[in-house]
Amino acid sequence: MRNLRRQGVVALGLAGLLVGTAACGGDSGTNDDGASGSDEGGGDTLVFGASADPVSLDPAYVSDGESLRAARQIYETLVTTEAGGTDIVEGLATEWEADEAGTEWTFTLRDGVTFHDGTEFNAEAVCFNFDRWYNFEGVQQSPSVSYYWQTVFTGFATNEDPEQGESLYASCEATDATTAVIELTAPSASFLPGLALAAFSIASPTALEEFGADEVTGTGEEPRFDGAYGLEEAVGTGPYMLESFEPGNRLVMTAYEDYWGDAPAIETIIFRPIADGPARRQALEAGEIQGYDLVDPADYEALEGAGYQLLSRPAFNVGYVGINTAKPPLDNPQIRQAIAHALNREALVQAQYPEGSEVATQFMPPELFGYADDVTEYEYDVEKAKALIAESGVANPTIEFWYPTGVSRPYMPNPEANFQAFQADLQAAGFTVTPQSAPWNPDYLDAVNTGGAGLYLLGWTGDFGDPDNFIGTFFRTDQPSWGTIPQEIQDQLEAGRTETDEAARTTLYEETNRAIMEQLPGVPYVHTSPRLVFAENVEGYEPSPVSIEEFARVSFSD
Amino acid sequence: MLRFAARRVLLLVPILIGLSILVFLFVRALPGGPETALLGENATPERVAQVRELYGLDRPVYEQYVSYVQSVLSLDFGTSITTRQPVAEEIARRFPGTVELTVTAMLIAVTVGVPLGFIAARRYGSWVDNLSTAGSLLGIAIPVFALGYLLKYVFALKLGWFPTQGREDSLMFRNEHPTGFYVLDGIVTGNPEAAVDALRHLILPALALATIPLAFITRITRASVLEVAGEDYVRTAEAKGMTRPVITRRHILRNAMLPIVTVVGLQTGLLLSGAVLTETVFAFDGIGRFLAQAVFARDFPVIQAGILFLAVIFVLVNLLVDLSYGLLDPRVRTR
Repeated sequence: MRNLRRQGVVALGLAGLLVGTAACGGDSGTNDDGASGSDEGGGDTLVFGASADPVSLDPAYVSDGESLRAARQIYETLVTTEAGGTDIVEGLATEWEADEAGTEWTFTLRDGVTFHDGTEFNAEAVCFNFDRWYNFEGVQQSPSVSYYWQTVFTGFATNEDPEQGESLYASCEATDATTAVIELTAPSASFLPGLALAAFSIASPTALEEFGADEVTGTGEEPRFDGAYGLEEAVGTGPYMLESFEPGNRLVMTAYEDYWGDAPAIETIIFRPIADGPARRQALEAGEIQGYDLVDPADYEALEGAGYQLLSRPAFNVGYVGINTAKPPLDNPQIRQAIAHALNREALVQAQYPEGSEVATQFMPPELFGYADDVTEYEYDVEKAKALIAESGVANPTIEFWYPTGVSRPYMPNPEANFQAFQADLQAAGFTVTPQSAPWNPDYLDAVNTGGAGLYLLGWTGDFGDPDNFIGTFFRTDQPSWGTIPQEIQDQLEAGRTETDEAARTTLYEETNRAIMEQLPGVPYVHTSPRLVFAENVEGYEPSPVSIEEFARVSFSD
Repeated sequence: MLRFAARRVLLLVPILIGLSILVFLFVRALPGGPETALLGENATPERVAQVRELYGLDRPVYEQYVSYVQSVLSLDFGTSITTRQPVAEEIARRFPGTVELTVTAMLIAVTVGVPLGFIAARRYGSWVDNLSTAGSLLGIAIPVFALGYLLKYVFALKLGWFPTQGREDSLMFRNEHPTGFYVLDGIVTGNPEAAVDALRHLILPALALATIPLAFITRITRASVLEVAGEDYVRTAEAKGMTRPVITRRHILRNAMLPIVTVVGLQTGLLLSGAVLTETVFAFDGIGRFLAQAVFARDFPVIQAGILFLAVIFVLVNLLVDLSYGLLDPRVRTR
């Protein structure tokens, strides 16, 4: 019996240890409902729940959201976007001007700016960074390493891949300390908005060299960052400087004392990687973090009800039903119009998408310049659809309708549900629908990209604030997925890409949007806006359509 | 004993070879194959062909296997596609976290499970017995991740006793980590606050992870003690007038221990796979979470190395269990 008692004592002891440990730190932060968390920020520290670690803090090598979010705090770009929008405003450059040909850009730089390592920011530093990107070689030229350079500037000084196009960048000259002149090989209207991408952050040349930023080995598919730069070191001119980066644990940034602009209100920003969505929510509710991105729509109501602030990021994507206009009967314009009238897009967006999502009328979001308010709209009208089918002369139109499996995208959270709704709509209008599904990758994308799919579900999320990144990507060149795109639309888009006068571009893109919706190579149906959540006392966070969001503007209310 | 140990260690060789073949084939059977994992979503057939050639995926399977074994033996597991760092380093960095978690979970499971099973057996049919039987059933049935969220809801959100995530408080970013075992680090760097903080971050995930082994250990202990207590030699000892504690210690516990140790060994190995879910739910930086993220990101060098690593640990833990049989029961050594 004594033995039993001893065992009982052990069990009780263990229970005591648990409670004791809990008591040791459980009282350091208690919020209103009695819950607590010792991590609780406030005053001088904000902890933000990230969905992953940054891959690298060298923005030239990354394209994922978490790396770019971190880079935004540490670095700055020559130009940036207005808070919450896509209009280009001053960054490290205060003025810029293109010559008449649109190939020579003169940037006047901000004076009195220093890097976090104390070195001076000047035109030479700007040219050093551009020349570094331009001279990337070997693995650095892999699309998975320098994705954004290749998106905006296409090629390099010496292309490893002979099929890679010529570089848009030609040279950079520091004519004086605050003037950098960048020469392009051709005029490009997406050059300036492209420069607002965090990938074109200006880093300290001294630090880049000292900490081996260019030491990238491995293969194009498995690049390996060998240098300390990006993992242990990251030196920019931004409002926050890197304090420490422990992958899997946290990224800590502290306010940079000599920052040229307004000093940030919060001294320390910590990004805590919590990949699991429900775990992020619990961490917020426990007060361990004060905000997180990509809130699960199912949590909107509960979080709002509990007093948290939900912030909507303006829509910067489009979901559409693509139409291969080369495939009969889809080559018949009246059949395409009948499809557009048959689809009940409002009902689908209401049923399947989170609050705040909009029904799309064209292939780019309303936040962008060049969006036309007066494109041809195809309202939901079954009778009209039936009439159009009758007029088209196609008896019993049959269409193959493709949808992907095993994928979820912000513009298409549940492709099968979208398919089912649209299939029913089309059948109601008199179409015979043959369903075709395939795993997203590679089967589905292959079928669509090679023109094998007639009607299909797809979408796009923009990289930067320029119409060329939406409709230019879709229609500027021949792509089998759309079938035949009229030459005049392609020409207009090419003109838009090279035109440098913004007013002229706006008109051009508005016209093109009208022409596209007249031609109807697809039916755009949704723009979604993901949401962020913050604790009640967090102020000043401005969600941006292109995710240019700075914590330096954030503060705590009293 | 030495011969027994040598024989057991030698047996490892065919097991490890079999294991490497299984892992090698598993990765190649992934949907889309490694080439899809590497190239992402919009790869053209030409690029797929290039990558297949680059990685030797177009070569005969046996050739691929030989080069795979060569790289494993030289501890070259390639580079993680998501972190762009050597996989071996990434795993080594996260290993202490997982060890800390599984050891704590096993400590909880053994220190609670063995006494509980013992009491249940000695009070066969009582409310303690019924409660422990029902409790173990529940422990086995409830999914680890659901239990994780539940524990966090009660002990972190409602009671505020423990944090919901991480291995360490976000604000303690100046702590030093010479060993990577955070509790130990707190002690060796003379920072008791850090040690307690690390322990607080361990408790809930360890409890969640401990439930299944706890349930198994309780049930096996109960069954084993019941069986041994009914043996003739126990009755003889009682008849000889031996005291209860001596009978319990020398005759019941020692003989009941063999199946318990087996279960502890097997469950320790299984804890490693349980850690995949637990570490994800608790955002606990260990191999489990790293592996889970690798699966989502199709980071195939990490998946391949991670599975092999966990499997090897499983085999090694079970080797230790085998060796401990020899210590517990002299008859095993001579068999």
